[in-house]
Amino acid sequence: MIAMILAGGQGSRLGVLTARMAKPAVEFGGKYRIIDFPLSNCINSGIDTVGVLTQYQPLKLNSHIGIGIPWDLDRNVGGVSVLPPYEKSTDTEWYTGTANAIYQNLAYMESYHPDYVLILGGDHIYKMDYEVMLDYHKSNHADVTVACMPVPLEEASRFGIMITDGHGRITEFEEKPEHPRSNLASMGIYIFSWQTLKESLIALKDQQGCDFGKHILPYCKDAGRRLFAYQFNGYWKDVGTLGSYWQANMELIDIVPEFNLYEEYWKIYTKGDIIRPQYVSSEGSVDRCIIGEGTEIYGEVRNSVIGPGVTICKGAVVQDSIIMRNSRVGPGAHISKAIVAEEAQIGDNVEIGIGEEAPNVLNPAIYAWGLATIGEGTVIPEGMKIGKNTVVSGKTLPEDYPDGFLPGGGALLKEGGELP
Amino acid sequence: MRALGIILAGGNSNRMKELSEKRAIAAMPIAGSYRCIDFPLSSMSNSHIQKVAVLTQYNSRSLNEHLMSSKWWDFGRKQGGLYVFTPTVTSTNNWWYRGTADAIYQNLKWLKESHEPYVIIASGDCVYKLDFNKVLEYHIAKRADITIVCTECHDDDPNRFGVLRMNEDFRIEEFEEKPMVSDSNLISTGIYVVRRRHLIEMLERCAEEGRYDLVKDIFIRYKNLKRIYGYKINTYWSNIATVESYYRTNMDFLRPEIRDYFFNQYPEVYSKIDDLPPAKYNPGNMVRNSLISSGCIINGQVENSILFKDVYVGNNCVIKNSIVLNNVYLGDNTHIENCIVESRDTIRANSYYCGEDRIKIVIEKNERYAF
Repeated sequence: MIAMILAGGQGSRLGVLTARMAKPAVEFGGKYRIIDFPLSNCINSGIDTVGVLTQYQPLKLNSHIGIGIPWDLDRNVGGVSVLPPYEKSTDTEWYTGTANAIYQNLAYMESYHPDYVLILGGDHIYKMDYEVMLDYHKSNHADVTVACMPVPLEEASRFGIMITDGHGRITEFEEKPEHPRSNLASMGIYIFSWQTLKESLIALKDQQGCDFGKHILPYCKDAGRRLFAYQFNGYWKDVGTLGSYWQANMELIDIVPEFNLYEEYWKIYTKGDIIRPQYVSSEGSVDRCIIGEGTEIYGEVRNSVIGPGVTICKGAVVQDSIIMRNSRVGPGAHISKAIVAEEAQIGDNVEIGIGEEAPNVLNPAIYAWGLATIGEGTVIPEGMKIGKNTVVSGKTLPEDYPDGFLPGGGALLKEGGELP
Repeated sequence: MRALGIILAGGNSNRMKELSEKRAIAAMPIAGSYRCIDFPLSSMSNSHIQKVAVLTQYNSRSLNEHLMSSKWWDFGRKQGGLYVFTPTVTSTNNWWYRGTADAIYQNLKWLKESHEPYVIIASGDCVYKLDFNKVLEYHIAKRADITIVCTECHDDDPNRFGVLRMNEDFRIEEFEEKPMVSDSNLISTGIYVVRRRHLIEMLERCAEEGRYDLVKDIFIRYKNLKRIYGYKINTYWSNIATVESYYRTNMDFLRPEIRDYFFNQYPEVYSKIDDLPPAKYNPGNMVRNSLISSGCIINGQVENSILFKDVYVGNNCVIKNSIVLNNVYLGDNTHIENCIVESRDTIRANSYYCGEDRIKIVIEKNERYAF
C-alpha cells in the first residue's frame, strides 16, 4: 500500500497563521508541525512510500519534509516524494480538487504498482494504524473503505455523514446534512483498491474541482462498487479553526492528556533542528505547560504551549497561550489567550489579550474565541496594548496603534517583519 | 579537504568511578542533550573535515549506538564520512589497542590509503568548540612538525594532563605527561596536528620499538628533534574524565555566557536526534536555574540542576545541585542533592540521597514497571 497525503490546502480559517505556509506546515504541540502526525502514522503503519501533494505556499513544508529523514522515509525505493502541480504539454492546470490532485499524479502511483492506495488529509491530529484499516478493507473485499468516527448528532451536520447497513457497507452519504440520519462522520481518510481508484479518476477526469467526497465516492457507489465504513474510536482532532487549534494545543497540557505524546508506542517524529535543552532561570516559573527544546524562560508561564527556541524575558507573564518557534517575548510583556506564530518579536511591556471582546472587523468568523492572533515574524513595538479577537501581522510601528492600543476586534496587517 | 580527523575514544578512567561501568567516557551525556563526543565531532564537521575515524575500545556499546548513523554530524557522505574502528583480530595481530599510538597504528592502512596531507587528532572526552582550520593554518605558518593545542588550566588539577612550557616563539620546550609536581599550568588539550606521512613514519618506528603511547613515546621523545609548537586557546575547554570535572563541566552550562557560547553562537553542536516530546511541567512543579531536556515530565522541585532526556520527577521531589542522566524515573517524595543519578534507573519513592563533601553517584538498578 502506498499513501498520498493532500497537503496543498491553504486552511484559510487559520487566518494569518497560514499567510505564508500551508496548513499542514503550521506548528503544533510545542515542537511538531501538523503534517508530522499523518507522516508518522504512515511509517508507524509500515507504509514507506508516501506522496505529499503540495500547492499553496509549499516552502516551509518542502524544507520540513526534505528527503524524509526524520520519519525514516529516505529510502532507496519509495520514501517520501513531494508532488507539486506541474506543466503538461496540454491542459496544464493547478490541483482543482482533492481527487483532481490525485488524478494528476496517476503516473507517480502507477510507478509503484500498488494494490491499495491510502488517501489522507495533511491537517488532522491523531494516531491511527492504517494497517488495521487495510485489514478491514481486505476482509470485506471492499473497493473503497472510508474511515469514519462517531460524532455527537448535533455536530453531525458539519461533516460528510455515512449511512451504513448492519455490516458496515455504505448505502448512502450526505454532505453536511441539515437533519443527519447517522452520526458516522467521514475523516477524509480513504483506502482504495488500485483498479477502482484508477478507473474512477479517469472516468471523472473532466469533472471540474473533482473531489473525493463530492464526486468520486458517489460515482463508485453508483457504479456498484463495495464501499465500507471503517469506524475509528481514538483521538482525532480537526484543527481547522483558530478556536479548535488553540483548544487542541491546550488539551496537551492536561496531566494525562487524551492525546498522549509521551507513550513509547507510536511515536510522533519531527524534524528536530534545535537540540539544546531548555533553561528556566531563578526568577522564571512554569506551571502546567509543555515547552520545546532550547527555550529560555526568565518570566512566568502558565497553561501554555511554548515552541522551541523561544525566549520569555524577565517580568513577562504568558498564560493560556501558544508561542511558536524562535519568538521572543520582551521584558514585562503580558500575554493572555494568544497565538503567537514563529519568529515573532513582542516588545517590552506589551499587553496582549486585554479588554472587552468585540467581533473582528476583518473576519469575525475566523478571529473569534477571544483569541489574539499574532502572525509569523510580527514585530510589536514596546508598550503597545492589544485586545481580544484581534489579529496583528508584519512589522508594526507605534503609530499604527492609535493611543498605543489596538482594541478588541481590531486587525493590523502590515508588510515585512522578522522573517528568517 | 586538507586534513583527516582521528578521535581517540577508547579510554576508560577509574576516576569516573561507577559512571564508566556503563559506557566509554566519550559517550558520557553532557549538558542535557549531548554526548561528549558530539563536541569534537561537530568541531570537525564544522571545520569541513570530511573524513573522520573514531577509535573505540572500552565499553563501546553506548558510543557505537550513538554513532550508529553518521548523518547527524553531516558525515553521511559518499566522499569520506565517519569510520568507527574497534580493535579486530587478524592473522598478524590479536591485541587490543595497547595505547593511543597503537590504536592508530593498528589502523595504519586507513591512514596510508588516504590522500589528505594532514591529520588532526583529538580526544573524545573534552567539551569545546574549535575551528581546526585555524590550527592547521598556524601549523603551516610555523612550519611545525607537530602542533599541540594547549590551554591554561584554572579550575582543574594540571597534573592529570600533559604539562607544557613554550618559549616566546610558542615552540614547546618542555613537555611532561601527568607530572607529580609542576610549576606550569599550561596543559595539552589532547588535540594535535601532524603531517600524515610524518605520523605514519613515527608510528611505524614506535611500533617496531614496542612502544604504544602517542604522548609519552612519540611527542615527548621527539621533543628536541622535531619542531613542536603550541597553539594556545582561550575559549572554553574542559576535560570530563573525573567525576568532579564531569559534574563541573555540566554545571558550567547553567552559566549564561557558557550557554550563549555553545548554544547560540556559530557554529552549532550537533547530536543524534531522539524523538521525544516537549518537556511537560505539571502543577506543583517548581524549577529554578535548571536545564531541562525533551521528554521530561516534572511534578516536583528542581533547583540548580540538569535533567537529561526523558526524566520523570515525581510529586514533592526535591532535586538540588544534581545531574539526572537520561531516562530516569524518580518516585514521589525523593530528595536528591549534590548527586549524579545514573541513566535508565528507577529511584524508589521516599528515597533520600545527599552528597555531603563530594558528589554522590546514585545507582539503584530497580526494575521499572509500567506506570
